[in-house]
Amino acid sequence: MTRSLTAALALAFVAALLVFDLARTPPNPYQAPTLLAFGSGAMASGGFCGALPD
Amino acid sequence: MSQSATQGAAPAAPAGAMPQRAGLILGALVVVALVALFAGARYGLLLAIGLGFGIALEGLRFGFAGPWRAMILRREPSGVLAQLLSIALVAVVAIPLLSSHAGELVGAQAPIGFAMVGGAFVFGACMQIVLGCGSGTLVNAGSGNPVSLLALPFFALGSFAGAWNLIWWTDLGALPILRLSGIPGLGVTLVLLALAAAIFLWRAAPGTVKLSRRHAIAAVVLALLAIGNLLVAGQPWGVVYGLGLWAAKGFAALGGDLSGSAFWAAPGSMERVQSSVLTDYTSLTDIGIILGAFGVAAWRRGALATKLPSYPARAWIATIIAGFLLGYSSRLAFGCNVGAFFSGISTGSLHGWVWFVAAFAGAFLGIRLRPALGLEART
Repeated sequence: MTRSLTAALALAFVAALLVFDLARTPPNPYQAPTLLAFGSGAMASGGFCGALPD
Repeated sequence: MSQSATQGAAPAAPAGAMPQRAGLILGALVVVALVALFAGARYGLLLAIGLGFGIALEGLRFGFAGPWRAMILRREPSGVLAQLLSIALVAVVAIPLLSSHAGELVGAQAPIGFAMVGGAFVFGACMQIVLGCGSGTLVNAGSGNPVSLLALPFFALGSFAGAWNLIWWTDLGALPILRLSGIPGLGVTLVLLALAAAIFLWRAAPGTVKLSRRHAIAAVVLALLAIGNLLVAGQPWGVVYGLGLWAAKGFAALGGDLSGSAFWAAPGSMERVQSSVLTDYTSLTDIGIILGAFGVAAWRRGALATKLPSYPARAWIATIIAGFLLGYSSRLAFGCNVGAFFSGISTGSLHGWVWFVAAFAGAFLGIRLRPALGLEART
């Protein structure tokens, strides 16, 4: 066996994640934020590994 | 980062490789465009930045676990010095911007505490056991490394579980968030980075390359991408939050009740669990890193034709346990090598420095454990 198999499995992992998630919670482009947070005037609100729960 | 990547520059591609490479470029552009169209332009741009991280890390054979191992085992400082250089470049831009655009931009700031220090130590050990840190596990999985591919889902489960218990662990004792801000904070950060670099140079073996051209290029490219991440997302580059979120979504889909966790039941966490993964910043860059690393591996002639290494059963068991611990410990430590070390220090959080010392100490243990666990491949 070669890395072709394991690399393909990694791609399948990502594809399965996206299919599963799109089926349950599809995105809504009409609620999308501006292109850049910088200069938007909006408070940053993304999840981050250093943040305590809000 | 891939084992096959250590064999030097690839020969010129044959004519048959051209359509495949054109397909890789086209595929990347289509994926980014689809995300921008169906989720939003910011999310498409973040996926593109994630692809850039993956391409840079795999393409320039740069990472975090490997350079630490090279410094500890062979006293080769080039990779570690490149990490410090990259952090310094980001800090020069990020720390002043965080002061001038407070709220709009946030840093990777977290409290120093008992669990944080212990988590960083365990993470440092485990990242040497599997030879993959937060970003490294994603890169290696994307390029077909079987150890990282197996570690990745358990990394996600560990991140989910660590976040579940995070408040309990933090309540064991933690300081308030301590940060270096403004121009004075930037000055202190740069002096500390210079001191760290001086220590590594002092410990370097005679005759070793101090900072290779490849590592210097990688440092600059990573810094540019990390600054881009901050400007687009409003927050620094991170990895482990996204992985934990994927597991939390799976847990909820299977009927699990997240209300038992103070972390996952918080309104902000619950909202992200119920939103598309294509709107979560760390998920997008994580996905981009996997895809970017895959693209480089597919681009390189013969890289995916490398035979898989053979490991004993105990090595696979160790990979599962270490993968879980990577995720769990990085939540207690408020980040991995990316979220705490790279982004923490470059945005002025003192927890990033404490993370660096604790994880580097843990790396000594991990390097000793790796061969005992059967993870030095038999070829």
